[in-house]
Amino acid sequence: MGAMSRKEKGLWYLGALFIVLYALLPVAWIVSLSFKAESDLANRSFLPTNATGENYSGIFSGDGAELFLPALRNSVIVCLVATVIAVVLAMFAAYAIARLDFPGKRLVLTSALAVAVFPVITMVTPLFNLWRQIGLYDTIPGLVIPYLALTLPISIWTMSAFFRGIPWDMEQAAQVDGATSWQAFRKVIVPLAAPGVFTTAIIAFFIAWNDFVFGISLTSTSRAQPVPAALSSFTGSSYFVQPTGAISAAAVIVTIPVVLLALVFQRRIVAGLTNGAVKG
Amino acid sequence: MARIELKNIVKKYGDGFPAVNDVSIDIADGELLILVGPSGCGKSTLLRMIVGLEDITSGDLLIDGERVNDLAPRERDLAMVFQNYALYPHLTVGENIAFPLRLAHGKVSEEEVRSRVQRAADMLELNEHLDRKPANLSGGQRQRVAMGRAIVRDAKAFLFDEPLSNLDAKLRGQMRTEIARMQRSLATTTVYVTHDQTEAMTLGDRVAVLRKGVLQQVASPRELYEQPVNLFVAGFIGSPPMNFLPARVAGDRLQLPFCEVPAPAVIGAERRQGELLVVGVRPEHFDDVEVTEAPAGAVTFSAPVDVTEWLGNELYAYIPFEAAAETKEQLAELDRELDGESMRSQLVVTLDAMTSVRDGDTAQLWFDPDRMHVFDPSTGENLTRDEERAVAIGELSEKLRLRSLERAARSSGGRKEPMGART
Repeated sequence: MGAMSRKEKGLWYLGALFIVLYALLPVAWIVSLSFKAESDLANRSFLPTNATGENYSGIFSGDGAELFLPALRNSVIVCLVATVIAVVLAMFAAYAIARLDFPGKRLVLTSALAVAVFPVITMVTPLFNLWRQIGLYDTIPGLVIPYLALTLPISIWTMSAFFRGIPWDMEQAAQVDGATSWQAFRKVIVPLAAPGVFTTAIIAFFIAWNDFVFGISLTSTSRAQPVPAALSSFTGSSYFVQPTGAISAAAVIVTIPVVLLALVFQRRIVAGLTNGAVKG
Repeated sequence: MARIELKNIVKKYGDGFPAVNDVSIDIADGELLILVGPSGCGKSTLLRMIVGLEDITSGDLLIDGERVNDLAPRERDLAMVFQNYALYPHLTVGENIAFPLRLAHGKVSEEEVRSRVQRAADMLELNEHLDRKPANLSGGQRQRVAMGRAIVRDAKAFLFDEPLSNLDAKLRGQMRTEIARMQRSLATTTVYVTHDQTEAMTLGDRVAVLRKGVLQQVASPRELYEQPVNLFVAGFIGSPPMNFLPARVAGDRLQLPFCEVPAPAVIGAERRQGELLVVGVRPEHFDDVEVTEAPAGAVTFSAPVDVTEWLGNELYAYIPFEAAAETKEQLAELDRELDGESMRSQLVVTLDAMTSVRDGDTAQLWFDPDRMHVFDPSTGENLTRDEERAVAIGELSEKLRLRSLERAARSSGGRKEPMGART
């Protein structure tokens, strides 16, 4: 590739800027909404005339808090548990798929893919009925289990791609050096796969965090309701007022952990760790 | 320190194709054995069977007399250097070298680990790199780290899988010498896989030549060069490769493209009247009449030179000739097997750099018919192989090997203690 000319470079920057603006505009809009006072909401201007924190105080104290805080707690617990289980299971599954030759290997992969593309809405009704029968309705495990169905297939796929990228030789070298299969896995493969594990974990967490359909259908009270579902049951300060400001504030709050996660693990996600292991 | 015996080793893959077929080699304690052959000959598979990374379909693998077919790699106590080094990128150089010792934790104290890593690093001149990650090292340094990881524990044998093929030519030459020196001073049994016949000839105590999974000949480099058993070995060993010329038996003479030579008695010319044989003469066994006078018994002939290549110390001259169709096909096939791709049949001669032969000249050349080999084209067998001479060469090289081991033992006795003497 030759060096880009000035003009070409400028055009690329312009294009990139457009895409970034396009993606960030709704986020900026929600942030702006969250700082607007109730009277300000429909004032047809982008920025609040008088920035106020009342929407935030509304969801962290008083009526809103009763709804929002338990939902936040539920979301965090459900998503973390689902992510950890999915990543641990997917790690072993993906390792087996990448390294071992066993009958039905393709079947595992295709069925994982099939589950991933299966429309979520078709699962909801049967699950709703079943959960009510066996007492899982409106419980934390009742959400974790369907979330695993969402996160496991994608985790298996991403991680088996990562494992395939780790040279076989590395593991064989460990075995020749005197490692058992388990030692080779723990001391060589896991550290090398760490970026893959983190990437997968973050993807899985996002999927679970963003779910709405299961959240709204399989829960009804603050016992297990996650944030996306809770937002829909927000009400305004009176029957005639839309809860737009409160919802915006809550949306901003739930975006924060996602952004933080991405920033903190940004370096780990970069999968450059295997460089130098083998002659490229 | 170990003797490794391969007995009728066979490796068949799922499709029933034997990648290694009935190979038997006895590797003596402290010996450096080279497995060599063109790509796809099964040499790497054989090495991986020794170390335990491939299952053995049939046959026995014995280390120090004990059958190890069913042992896992870690139970065989062998150290291996991989072609791509397979260093652990998340560990520093020092930790890479220490890795085998750390696995045996409890058995080796931290202090012991440090001193052993230090000794390996001293030996391979890696001291200043111990805290760096493999990603920041050059190819040659990575190669040395891989060797360090192999020598740090007292493995019974070293296995090398084309360790130098990723290095550039100059470095390859230096590392080759380094490996030879290391092997001599540690006196550890070593099996070394390469496709490079120069590496095989220079490094090995003995060289095993493989072709399509079948062992052709195991012998000292000298014997392979002077007394090859068949066309394949003759064509594989030596650079530029041996010339193969069609030879028609007529009376007690052999008719070659440019000249006639007396038929060696051992081929039984009277039984083979009119038959087409293959004569092999090494390029370096030709000489220019102008530079060196032909001795008695030499055959002199003149031939048109097509192209010359001057290398400074010598000159290659290429002389095209028309080969009979029946041998041509077979020689082309042999050439393909040797990873070559010759477009035309030609004679290559290595002449003294002083020669005045240039492109387009007609050169006056001679060679000594005693040094040529005659092959049966149908079986490839070398009809002129001298068994007695081969045995003598074998004995001589074994004697030389033992002597150099003795010398190594003496010189390392003077040091504090040899690497790997502790248990």
